[in-house]
Amino acid sequence: MEDVANLMHGFAVVLTWKNLLFMLVGILLGVLIGVLPGLGGANGVAILLPLTFTMSPTSAIIMLSCIYWGALFGGAITSILFNIPGEPWSVATTFDGYPMAQKGRAGEAMTAAFTSSFVGALVAVIMITFLAPLVAKFALKFGPPEYFGIQLLTFCSFVGMGREPPLKTIASMMLGFALAAVGLDTVTGTLRMNFGFTEMLQGFDFLIAVIGLFGIGEILITMEEGLAFKESKGKINPKIVLETWAKLPKYWVTSLRSCLIGCWMGITPGGATPASFMSYGMARRFSKQGGKFGEGELEGVIAPETAAHAAGTSALLPMLTLGIPGSPTAAVLLGGLLIWGLQPGPLLFFEHKDFVWGLIASMYLGNIVGLLIVLTTVPWWAAILRIPFAIIAPVIVVICAVGAYTVHNRMFDVVLMIVFGIMGYFFKKLKYPLAPLVLALVLGDMAETAFRQSMLLSGGSITIFWSNGLVGSIVTLALVILSWPLISRGMEHWKKRAGRSERVTR
Amino acid sequence: MSTQDGKARGVVPTCWVEIAVALMFVVAAAVVIIDSVRVGATWGPDGPKAGYFPFYIGCILAITGAGIVVQALRRWKILAAETFVSHDQLKPVLTMLWPTLVYVGLIALLGIYVASALYIGTFMLWQGKYKWPSALAVSLGVPIAMFLMFEIWFLVPLPKGPLEHLLGY
Repeated sequence: MEDVANLMHGFAVVLTWKNLLFMLVGILLGVLIGVLPGLGGANGVAILLPLTFTMSPTSAIIMLSCIYWGALFGGAITSILFNIPGEPWSVATTFDGYPMAQKGRAGEAMTAAFTSSFVGALVAVIMITFLAPLVAKFALKFGPPEYFGIQLLTFCSFVGMGREPPLKTIASMMLGFALAAVGLDTVTGTLRMNFGFTEMLQGFDFLIAVIGLFGIGEILITMEEGLAFKESKGKINPKIVLETWAKLPKYWVTSLRSCLIGCWMGITPGGATPASFMSYGMARRFSKQGGKFGEGELEGVIAPETAAHAAGTSALLPMLTLGIPGSPTAAVLLGGLLIWGLQPGPLLFFEHKDFVWGLIASMYLGNIVGLLIVLTTVPWWAAILRIPFAIIAPVIVVICAVGAYTVHNRMFDVVLMIVFGIMGYFFKKLKYPLAPLVLALVLGDMAETAFRQSMLLSGGSITIFWSNGLVGSIVTLALVILSWPLISRGMEHWKKRAGRSERVTR
Repeated sequence: MSTQDGKARGVVPTCWVEIAVALMFVVAAAVVIIDSVRVGATWGPDGPKAGYFPFYIGCILAITGAGIVVQALRRWKILAAETFVSHDQLKPVLTMLWPTLVYVGLIALLGIYVASALYIGTFMLWQGKYKWPSALAVSLGVPIAMFLMFEIWFLVPLPKGPLEHLLGY
């Protein structure tokens, strides 16, 4: 019950005119970012982060997290109307959303997508409300080995659960760690890998990497694909909304299953994209209409959207309680917390109650406001996508350049952004995942410090990671997940051989 | 995406790019390892030295880079038939990239507002084949909106050049 009281206090913090205004602005900016090619949740929040330095941390995080919700909603609009997934996790939404739009049922598809996003996010926020304080209390007992174990688990999940080739995931992650090591070593004060350049003393800021990799890289890819929008008309009116809402309760099983998949995959990081695919796959397998999936089935929109948003929202749970973000956007928000002088982690729940519960309350309100806004403003967003790319592209590059510059007021960062952009283009085309690189760049220093402190505790022996039951099971689980691609390949191989020998004996 | 003939004119097959990028990882790994050894990758008198952690990162990076090269060699035939980028696809990418590089250079010289106006204007006239009035409207409108938002509303200074100094900013 203490949590409920805290939450009510949070609502009191949020419900000021100023904060509600920030919320509204955040949602609108978020949808805009989600709709525009080249701007997504992660780099959108990164670009706008410097503008919030002068705000109070609570107002700032409300606005930034609302940008995140808005971007999540916006991704669905482009997937359904234009067959362009705004974010990786809306890819699965295009499978049935776009065919529905082509059949003239775009309004229905969008209502279903927005509503299920809302349901997924709501379930995840309820879970955060009750689970986060418990996790925070538990995490207070963590020492350096446990922290390193959790981070190892984070990174191993990328390898084990990602859809990209495991070696490429590891390579991209290690590059992130290597880039994070550049500059001043905080423990010994030694300069590493700066090769005499004073610009590199501070190291690489991950915000620059995010803006370059996701922004400039995306623009280059979009240029290459040549933007030929095949638009379907997106009419949406109260009648369609109400009719669709009447249909939705029928799919409560799919919805519930998707929420569970989303929450689970969101807490174990790297989750939103695999969650949406997994949920889509499960829905296809269990649905009576499974055969019609891909031709424009309402259930095929509900399943991935619910899971993606449940995952996107629950990615904030490890960010708040352990200081380990579950997604690139959560990583950017974490960077914001550090800049405002708030150390994410279990102590946040005890030292900055106003902030934490204000944020959680704003998640409830932000999603309700977001749902209402997107339902009422869809035609405008679709109109924005009709602006020709020859105008949109340079404007987005200008916005990215401004964002990169304002992080540290350095021209060097703008140059770095372009370098990261070109890198992003190659990485994307060769199927190197970008999220592990960004997360390694964010967590690199923390992981290194935790590792070195553990080594100091044990005098250089790696056995410290199995010194008690808790850290032992975390690290073992991490290693199992890391080797999962190998295990599953081995099992398939074994199954095939078993199948073959069976046939032979027959 | 794959073409019938991997050696068709104006096509870069995936295999070479794959190997090149993987080798870049190996080179990056070598840089990390060498520098870590330079600052000390061993155990010092007061605990691990500065290169202790990056040294292992470099090692893993080198191994995975090599692994990707091996995998690419094993799938050489498939990758050789895959198109990484064709001439027709590369052209629009470069028409985006070159002006952007020039733009970054211009920011340092002219400040971000004037450079942005030139960049957006040129791009619209040249790529979008827009008429002068509309190109002028967008290319002046965006920097002016930026100026109001950053310099006046949020008080965040952006790089300025001769024109802004002339106007007293």
